Amino acid sequence: MAAPLLEVENLQVHFETEDGLVKAVDGISYTVDRGETLGIVGESGSGKSVSSLTVMGLTRSRNARISGAVRFNGKDLLGASDDDLRKVRGNEIAMIFQDPLSSLHPFYKVGSQIVEAIQTHKDVSKAQAYDRAVEMLGLVGIPEPRRRADSYPHEFSGGMRQRAMIAMALANDPKLLIADEPTTALDVTVQAQILELIERLQSEFDTAVVVITHDLGVVAEMADEIAVMYAGRIVEQGNADTIFNGPEHPYTWGLLSSIPRMDAARDEELVPIPGRPPSLINLPGGCSFHPRCPYVRDAHKRVDPVLEPIDGNPDHRVACLLDSGARKKLWEELQAGVTPQAARQDVIEEGAA
Amino acid sequence: MSEPATSTQPEEPAPRNGETLMQVRDLVKHFPIRKGLLQRQVGAVRAVDGVSFDVLRGETLGLVGESGCGKSTTARLVLRLMAPTDGSIKFDGEEIGDASGARLKELRRDMQMIFQDPYSSLNPRKTVGTIIAEPYAIHGMLKSEGERKNTVQELMDRVGLNPEHYNRYPHEFSGGQRQRIGVARALALKPKVIVADEPVSALDVSIQAQILNLLRELQRDMGITLIFIAHDLSVVRHMCDRIAVMYLGRIVEMASNDQLYAHPRMPYTGALMSAVPVPQPRLAASKKRQILAGDVPSPSNPPPACRFHTRCWKAQEICRQEDPPLEPKEGGNIAACHFPLTDAEVTERVPTARTGTG
Repeated sequence: MAAPLLEVENLQVHFETEDGLVKAVDGISYTVDRGETLGIVGESGSGKSVSSLTVMGLTRSRNARISGAVRFNGKDLLGASDDDLRKVRGNEIAMIFQDPLSSLHPFYKVGSQIVEAIQTHKDVSKAQAYDRAVEMLGLVGIPEPRRRADSYPHEFSGGMRQRAMIAMALANDPKLLIADEPTTALDVTVQAQILELIERLQSEFDTAVVVITHDLGVVAEMADEIAVMYAGRIVEQGNADTIFNGPEHPYTWGLLSSIPRMDAARDEELVPIPGRPPSLINLPGGCSFHPRCPYVRDAHKRVDPVLEPIDGNPDHRVACLLDSGARKKLWEELQAGVTPQAARQDVIEEGAA
Repeated sequence: MSEPATSTQPEEPAPRNGETLMQVRDLVKHFPIRKGLLQRQVGAVRAVDGVSFDVLRGETLGLVGESGCGKSTTARLVLRLMAPTDGSIKFDGEEIGDASGARLKELRRDMQMIFQDPYSSLNPRKTVGTIIAEPYAIHGMLKSEGERKNTVQELMDRVGLNPEHYNRYPHEFSGGQRQRIGVARALALKPKVIVADEPVSALDVSIQAQILNLLRELQRDMGITLIFIAHDLSVVRHMCDRIAVMYLGRIVEMASNDQLYAHPRMPYTGALMSAVPVPQPRLAASKKRQILAGDVPSPSNPPPACRFHTRCWKAQEICRQEDPPLEPKEGGNIAACHFPLTDAEVTERVPTARTGTG
């Protein structure tokens, strides 16, 4: 089997600040294959954006301490020079951001911005690049692309800007597309258009996609593999069906049971995760989820769990100190409507044993 | 909660069955577009263009729609935070559409609002105690310091804030806690109706659930009437008894919660529901996503006849000629549509409708 397209290994991104060391990303590993979609889910401050910005080499600053390895097509990216990185960025790896208004330059016409992105990486004439820009705008569903290429970003609606940004990102046929909250600022019907577009382009060009989002619905619809992040680490990883139908980490359970869903009876009570995410400067000892975990035992406050495969499914990895059998029972109970508070203590004890 | 909340609500979406708290008729708000040296009016943004609905005592009425559909403007008109261009708003039987001055101030005691952004809706230079007590100061109530402090601390406790944090400033609180402060402030005057405008859309999912649960609990315990505005259909599904779907300044469909989610009739409602990503890969895979082409037309120049016809996959000639009236359709939904969706069309596009209880 060929090496994966993107390989992230034990990546750590720490920032030195006046208040202390911020452990934004604290040892995460994942791989993405060609044509595959990885979803990274987490709340604000879980490190999901910082990890992918680092892949793009966008977190290099004087106070950043980056370690681990990022390999793209076998090439090391962490140690690459800024010049080398610039050749990869926007070319082989492209990124779309949450806020299309601040990611497009307000002063230049949309068409010329795409032309610039193309000419930076390809030795083509301006006219050729312009034709390509128009072609891309048409491809992402902007009506009258030739006329619209001559517009400024403020003349576009939110959905059109997002599409223009996707057009720019895909103009050089990237092998990997990183989409950081690509639809969060958009209305649902526009979101549906954008998701459909990314999926279509992905199947046409066999692009690998990393989608970073807090929206569990978006990952359910897009991702093949899912990594759930909490406080700078991946706490659970597996294929989409496993994460949604047989999750084993209490944080994943918390996320799943705190979202209102259209397919649930409407009087179903939401079960929020108590408290809030920890400060990344001062992480709780042991399992960093323990202050919010309803199933916490004393030992969990001292022992730091490792992300390891569960028995019988090497592709499903969980960082939790509870016993896997106990976790399966607890998840079943949770789905049957037993609140975490009422969960049988003996089930948890089994896990501690 | 063990009993379904819907059992206490009228089954029919027809509004006049319950006790009516507010009655809104043909509400219009046009914002003039001015141009040139003389600032002559050259057109108008028809933000709200003929909206009628009733609000029943003790219910949660949802207003849902995409950006620019007029849902927030409607709410601000109903609260009389702005004056309507035309139409009538009755509150407790009394016309308030043209109220002003002292009468308006009096009205505000009965109507409060919870805002979307917990960061910009609290004055950073005032303590939480002062912020929550502000309504009392404005209305000259609870003049003694001790009495005010006691009441505010009770309120803080009620919404899940530590009463000892009375003297802290907003920046010392997290987003979720700030939203609780906003809720406490809205509750201070024991209003009859609270409008919550996207109260959770700025919050993380785990925090969002805390605030939604709080609002539901408060409403159950205190019998508050809630007008709940959101763009997130899953949140609306969870919170509301009846729901009005808005498009380009009009209500295009209205029904009870279960009925709307299991049997939407207006193709726009169906498309909205189909667009919502389902947090279940198995359902998501079976879905035929209904994509709406293009963008929402400009509210300053809405399409003639049915406003949705430019994006509707069922549109025919009559939709371009005749404005469909908002009238009862099969199942009791009130919808403005010449060719309402059939259940078969719904289940294909909205897999969640199959599991709905309606």
